[in-house]
Amino acid sequence: MYHIISIRDFERSDLDYLLDRAEEFDTQGYRSRALEDKLAALLFFEPSTRTRMSFATAMARLGGRWISVDSVEASSIVKGETLADTIRVLSSYADTIVLRHPKEGAARLASEFATVPVINAGDGAGQHPSQTLLDLYTIRQSMPIDGIDVGLLGDLRYGRTAHSLALALSLYGVTLHTIAPGGLEMPANITLELRERGTEVIEHADVEEVIRDLDVLYVTRIQRERFPDSASYYNVASSYRITPDLLTGVRENLMILHPLPRAGEIDPAVDRTPYARYFEQAKNGVPVRMALLHEVMK
Amino acid sequence: MTRKDPSGGLLVSPIRNGTVIDHITAGEALNVLRILGITGSTRECLSIATNVESKRLGKKDIVKIENRELRTEEVDRIALIAPHARINIIRDYHVAEKKGVEIPKVLKGVVRCPNPGCITNTNEPVASTFEVLDKGLHCLYCDWLIKNDIASHII
Repeated sequence: MYHIISIRDFERSDLDYLLDRAEEFDTQGYRSRALEDKLAALLFFEPSTRTRMSFATAMARLGGRWISVDSVEASSIVKGETLADTIRVLSSYADTIVLRHPKEGAARLASEFATVPVINAGDGAGQHPSQTLLDLYTIRQSMPIDGIDVGLLGDLRYGRTAHSLALALSLYGVTLHTIAPGGLEMPANITLELRERGTEVIEHADVEEVIRDLDVLYVTRIQRERFPDSASYYNVASSYRITPDLLTGVRENLMILHPLPRAGEIDPAVDRTPYARYFEQAKNGVPVRMALLHEVMK
Repeated sequence: MTRKDPSGGLLVSPIRNGTVIDHITAGEALNVLRILGITGSTRECLSIATNVESKRLGKKDIVKIENRELRTEEVDRIALIAPHARINIIRDYHVAEKKGVEIPKVLKGVVRCPNPGCITNTNEPVASTFEVLDKGLHCLYCDWLIKNDIASHII
């Protein structure tokens, strides 16, 4: 059985294959009915707009159907049911389980109890492989991924999308530039793992010193709850804000990505520049998730 | 249990049945007892020697436990903090079995994951699972890496 749990489980050839499949669905205009008789269970124990709706859209575009649980409050978890039991039961209802859960390792656990494939749609501060695939897909639409310079900006400590993406990019020989506020730097064990994989990781104090050398700038949300008070949050957040002025003299092909939702990290005026690609990135969630759903259920 | 040796050294008397754990890393004897669940309120008859001269290790600790033979999973735990330890199973004053300790490739239910957000620290019916790497212990659920002070995480 084919589960999609962590980007660490993938070789480069697996990623390229899934990206190729996503491209096929994209260029065919979503006309496939390949999952017509299939049912997906979307089990979301944490808030999500894009991930949940793009999985539902992907399922519908493939002719399949879905059932969903959208919050802990609406599930038997409030009665003390374990995730393991929930997964066992849902395995007998649906052909695949898409899981978003606040605890790290929840998807790995689910895969041990499920009798159908499990797709990790984000587990706490852990992994979010379908987001990583759509990030890679968006980059690949504009340039070959090999050897590019990628800046990771924002909350690199708790931001799971940045961890997953960094690990995936390490398979493509990129140079990673990290720019994070004090206390929100990339965890040392992830930086160590990246370097062990042969990736050059360069830490920068501010985005201005590196932005002109980047092909991709990946911005993540700095969460307000990580700071002791509003003043220190606004202080840090404002110094990490991307504005049109900052983009003077950048590489012509620079692509600014953001997993969304954004909370002021990117000035809306940047949306009108050719560098802003985050809405395209969100749109790419559909073909990428079509490829994943199709792959696990075909 | 201990008596003064005429030559000036301290001797620990032999036990009839039980386990002798020798060549424990100096200073780790009390952690070995903690791992084995032996506290002030348990009934085992114990002899503990710490910082004893050792040709191999310089200094070592020794623990003797009467009327108890260690199980494999207990030996696995000891291996984490005392990789050179030797386990001798004693029956009727004789060494019936002699074995070294070996850190297994995967530790299941031995070490608690220090990550409070890890799924293994909830009421789910799974045991913590770590793979043993050169750089430390890697949680197979949340990818946490324990590099230092492994003893304090042993369950």
